[in-house]
Order: sequence, then structure tokens, then C-alpha cells
Amino acid sequence: MSDQETKTKEYRRPMPADWWLKKRTYSLFMVRELTCVFVGGYSLILLILASRIGDQESVTAMLNSKTLSVLQLIALPMVIYHTVTWLNLTPKVLVLWRGEERVNPLLIAAVHYVAWIGVSIVILCVVFAYG
Amino acid sequence: MARSNEPIWWSLFSAGGVVAAFFVPVTIVITAIAVPVGWISDEKLYFLLQQPLARLYLFVLISLPLFHWAHRFRYVVADLGLRGGGRLPAIVCYGSAILGTVLAGCFLAFG
Repeated sequence: MSDQETKTKEYRRPMPADWWLKKRTYSLFMVRELTCVFVGGYSLILLILASRIGDQESVTAMLNSKTLSVLQLIALPMVIYHTVTWLNLTPKVLVLWRGEERVNPLLIAAVHYVAWIGVSIVILCVVFAYG
Repeated sequence: MARSNEPIWWSLFSAGGVVAAFFVPVTIVITAIAVPVGWISDEKLYFLLQQPLARLYLFVLISLPLFHWAHRFRYVVADLGLRGGGRLPAIVCYGSAILGTVLAGCFLAFG
């Protein structure tokens, strides 16, 4: 009888909490997913900045805070990792055809990388021109 | 078939992913390096932030990446073994992103 009981029980595949440490690809997947914490964290910093937007002294103090700079510098490589993984996926999302021929996936990714660099330079130029 | 909210959250996740990928690194370079080092004067950046277009930029950079975080974080929590809790993680994650968006809108429109 006990045999039958176990047979009818739903099987739950065990998932140890450290599954993502067991293979390099799993770990990289987890790093990619965890970049969201840094993306969200930076938005939170900007939200706090926005809450003081009418008070120049407060905004200046925040922009010159060493602690905040360090936190953002820790976030920077993680956010760049997000950018790289995101842009590397663009050929999978965007499958283009020119007649019978599929547009080279590398070209699609490359166009996005160039756009990323271009947009970054334009924003820096605008802010430098102003500041 | 049961109706699902998934397409809405996924679209916001995706839009936030694009915004974060293209705009967050350069913005961090400005706020964490260029201003503290003195390449850009904090006074002039402050005046730039009074422009409507700069405020719109800030709003987009707050709101969409928050939705990106919410959607990814919700699943990362489950992937790390914290299951159960029913709909609570989703409500907390998406709720925070909605709250952040509303607050950012108010601060930047009226601040």
C-alpha cells in the first residue's frame, strides 16, 4: 500500500538553491539577471535626485557625494554587462530578410553597438556643451 | 484561455531594457565621474536639469528601468529558490515600479 501511495504523489524535481553555481553558463545567466538590481538601484538614485530637483544646494550635495559615486561606480560594470547581453540578443529578436537572404546577425548586433556608442557620445557632447 | 497581464509587464520590461542598455551607462559616467571630478560643473548641470527635455529624460530613465527591474527581479527571486508567497512578489515588484513612476512624474513636473 505504501508503494502505491508514493506512486500517486506528485513528483517535484528538487532545485537546490545553488544550482546556478554548478555550471559557468548558469552563473553567467544569474549575473545577467542580477544586473537588474543595479539598473533599478540607479533609477532609485535618480528618483531621489528628482525629489530634490527644486533645491540646488541639495542636488549639488548629492552629485558630489563620495558614497553615491562609489555605489554608481560599482553599478557601472554591471550595467555595461546588461548592455552587452541585451545588444547580443538583438539579432535573435530582429530577424531581417533581404529578399531570399537573411541579413547577417553579426551586422544587426554591430549596428546596435554603433548606435549605443553614438548615442553615448551625443549625450556626453550635449552635457559638456552645457556644462 | 485565461487572460494574462504578462504582455503588458513584458513590454515594459523590454522597453526598460532598451533604455537601460542605451542610456544608463553614459548617464552614470556623467553623474558618478564627470561631475565629481569637475569636468562638468554641478551648477551648470543643475540648470540643464531645469529644462523640460532634461526632465523628460530623467523621467524616462527612472520609470522604464524600474519596470525592467520589477519584471526581472520577480523571476530572479523565484530562480534563487524563494518560491511561495503567491502573488505577493509580483505585487511588490510591479507596485514599486508604478509608485516610482508616479513619484518621478510629480517631482519632475512640479519640483
